[in-house]
Amino acid sequence: MTGIDPKSSLPESPEEASETGTLAARISLKQRGGGIVVPALTAVVAFLMGGLVVLATGHNPLLAYHDIFDGAGLNWVFHPTTNLASTAAYNLSQTLLQTTTLILCGLAVAFAFRCGMFNIGGQGQYFVGIIVANWLGVSFASMSPLPHILLCVVAATVAGALWAGIAGFLKATVGAHEVISTIMLNWIAIWVAEWLFGDGGPLQNSSNPSVPVSNDIADSAKLPVFWGQQELQGLHVGLFVALGALVVFYLLLNRTTLGYEVRAVGFNPDAAAYGGINVRKNLIRAMAISGAFAGLAGALDMLGYLYHEGQNDIPVSSVGFLGIAVALLGRNTAVGTGLAALLFGALLFGTTHGLNSTVIQPELAGNLTYIIQGLIVLFVGADVLILYLWNSRRKLRRSRPPLPAREPA
Amino acid sequence: MAAENVLEMRGIRKEFPGVIANDDVNLEVRRGEVHALLGENGAGKSTLMNILYGLYKPDAGQILLDGKPSAFGSAREAIQAGIGMVHQHFMLIPVMTVAENIVLGVEPRDHLLLDERGAERRVRDLSERFNLAVDPTALVRDITVGQQQRVEILKALYRGADVLILDEPTAVLTPQEAGELFEIVGSLKESGKSIIFISHKLNEVLEIADRITVLRRGRTIETVPREGATEESLARAMVGREVLLRVEKGPANPGDVLLAVENLHVRDDRDLEKVRGVSFEVRAGEIVGIAGVDGNGQTELIDAITGLRVPEDGTITVAGKEVDRTGAREMLDLGVGHIPEDRQRRGLVLEFSIAENIALHDYADAPNAKWGWLYPRRMVERAGRLIKDFDVRGGGPLTRAGGLSGGNQQKVVVAREIARNPKVLIAAQPTRGLDVGAIEYLHRRIVEERDKGRAVLLISLELDEILSLSDRILVLFEGEVVGEHTGAVSEQEIGLEMLGASDRTAA
Repeated sequence: MTGIDPKSSLPESPEEASETGTLAARISLKQRGGGIVVPALTAVVAFLMGGLVVLATGHNPLLAYHDIFDGAGLNWVFHPTTNLASTAAYNLSQTLLQTTTLILCGLAVAFAFRCGMFNIGGQGQYFVGIIVANWLGVSFASMSPLPHILLCVVAATVAGALWAGIAGFLKATVGAHEVISTIMLNWIAIWVAEWLFGDGGPLQNSSNPSVPVSNDIADSAKLPVFWGQQELQGLHVGLFVALGALVVFYLLLNRTTLGYEVRAVGFNPDAAAYGGINVRKNLIRAMAISGAFAGLAGALDMLGYLYHEGQNDIPVSSVGFLGIAVALLGRNTAVGTGLAALLFGALLFGTTHGLNSTVIQPELAGNLTYIIQGLIVLFVGADVLILYLWNSRRKLRRSRPPLPAREPA
Repeated sequence: MAAENVLEMRGIRKEFPGVIANDDVNLEVRRGEVHALLGENGAGKSTLMNILYGLYKPDAGQILLDGKPSAFGSAREAIQAGIGMVHQHFMLIPVMTVAENIVLGVEPRDHLLLDERGAERRVRDLSERFNLAVDPTALVRDITVGQQQRVEILKALYRGADVLILDEPTAVLTPQEAGELFEIVGSLKESGKSIIFISHKLNEVLEIADRITVLRRGRTIETVPREGATEESLARAMVGREVLLRVEKGPANPGDVLLAVENLHVRDDRDLEKVRGVSFEVRAGEIVGIAGVDGNGQTELIDAITGLRVPEDGTITVAGKEVDRTGAREMLDLGVGHIPEDRQRRGLVLEFSIAENIALHDYADAPNAKWGWLYPRRMVERAGRLIKDFDVRGGGPLTRAGGLSGGNQQKVVVAREIARNPKVLIAAQPTRGLDVGAIEYLHRRIVEERDKGRAVLLISLELDEILSLSDRILVLFEGEVVGEHTGAVSEQEIGLEMLGASDRTAA
């Protein structure tokens, strides 16, 4: 007996982690709580309830989902072909077009989340990207393609970053809550776009002053289409940019000192400050990076297939908001965001396209996506409930109390 | 007093996946006694009480209440049977009044409405009967932690509790509030209530309990009367070996001044001046202890010295270099190590791995990173070495810090701070919430750092800790240093100064 032998001290039970912090930090924390199970379950429950809505309108939900599945081109995997004469192939290319945008809008929300902030401003940041890409894409028509595209993409991305950076700056300096300021910035961006593209606006088209639509961007600014034809809204190379963004997101967060700081601030700003990290700088920077993703989304849409923006299209768009559901369902991870973007891309295209009224109520068709989106956001917010359901299921099976399995220290 | 058992728990066993939390545990509580349940963190105290309170179902064993076999399927059933529990973390609604909180769920009604007057009256009656002073009309968010605890006790009494479980009740209290709590416990005992007092603090158990049951590794070790028990004997029963309750240290060998604070003024978040003109020096190779009741400026003083709060006035000099514009980063670079008073809020990112936490100050420096690119493998390697050196148990470098026990979390913090080879080490409440074994370890480590020639500033609310570790003691009261002691000094003397009494009465 030496008298001093810490090795003989006892196994101790872990202290409960205090779950204090901002709403976003708490959500982000919970997001890590149950692995893949919770998001999968969340989606399943949302689809089930969406099915109930279909049922309530007197249609068979299984048939409806089957048709949405086919309409999204997901049946392509059963008979893959690159020939766009195949309906499945065409549908898939359109689904992937939506997925491209949603990946980036999802990352715009996810990155801020990882720094403990809730970026609701994806929509506004996306429009800032649209505006800048359209303006630069229409101007400089004499440039050669590569520099022209790069100019548009970089400028739109930076513009999105600056726009979101305003919210980060306000939070860091005067403590304005980012949820409020990003919502306000959304409206500013949307109304500025309405004015720019509307009657007599500076970016309205030059050929027909009675139509509130912008000019088409120059051919030199259009992104190459690799599946389908440019005139028929084919799939552009922006998809690979979005996939690359997923990789960048992952590496930035997990393999750089910048990402270390972002995560430390997101989990525990007090500990981050104690560690010598400049919390304010990180809030601004993380918001800006978030906005960059959304700005990039706007640029790719403009250069990839929209080519112009109509005033009437502005209030209809909601990709920025869908990004919230994508990030939440994807648990703010790169892989999760990619998968969730594919799911929502498929829903978005599958429910708005070619569904026949014997299968689904026509008024319901496009709105089903938004119902499911809403349910998913709701359930992710209430994932305690989902975990509870999951645990009681396990309890039934093993007749054991739903206690977290704690390893002995 | 008749030795009648109001409660017996016999042969209780409870197993969780991978852990046997309770194994043949026996507990007998007599009517009108204060029965302490003593054990280290993880010894099975909370599991046993949760079984009694109906939150867990035992795998084996029997509960006898007033001699009758009872089993509670839920807390509601336990409450109905006369068992009340005051948890360590209060379950009160801050925006409601004291009375509303107490009657919540069993409200007296005036037809369909809450009979507010009736509720207040009953609460007042109850608080007079048991000597628990608290204003029934006050909002819970406006009252002190000690008063909130009284509300919790009243809540249990209101529901007819006969056996009252207090789960580590002094952990959240100041020494004064703890004293008041002990008086309350005394008067509850007078009126025939039985109290189960869960603790791992030896001195308070010896002060308040009639009998003491010691648990270790999920088993009952012994039940002893207070008479004849000593801190040493209880510690031995708790830990299972001899424990050094006294810190062994040689005389200090002070060298150069490494930390000098002069005329420091610091304001808190509410803009109140919490540090008012403090000056002191800490030399290499000595431990300077700062004693004081919580809230007398300790937090603000530490924050200023570590660069987490900008002082209003005054100078801080580290190793001869005067720091004019402080920031946490600058202080770290000057060689100030800091074991923060709240390891979970400030010392660790609980969701980070141990390796990431160990790199919290130098994640951006070689070898952890180069050109902004992280090398996680190097972090892991270093963490692996420190885990071994500091005997962190319960996981490897990739384990989430939040999954460790309190003692091991603190070891991670200490490992990180000491491994940086700081010139000045600031240890704020380094052993708060830890059990005997971990405290022993940390005290030894702090003395070792002193002997290596570091300047150690120790801030603690535990007077024992200050007295046993410090070479020099400063007493902080209302933001001013009101006493300084080297050599032998009595606890009473410092205690009086901590309350601000010395200056005024001595004059």
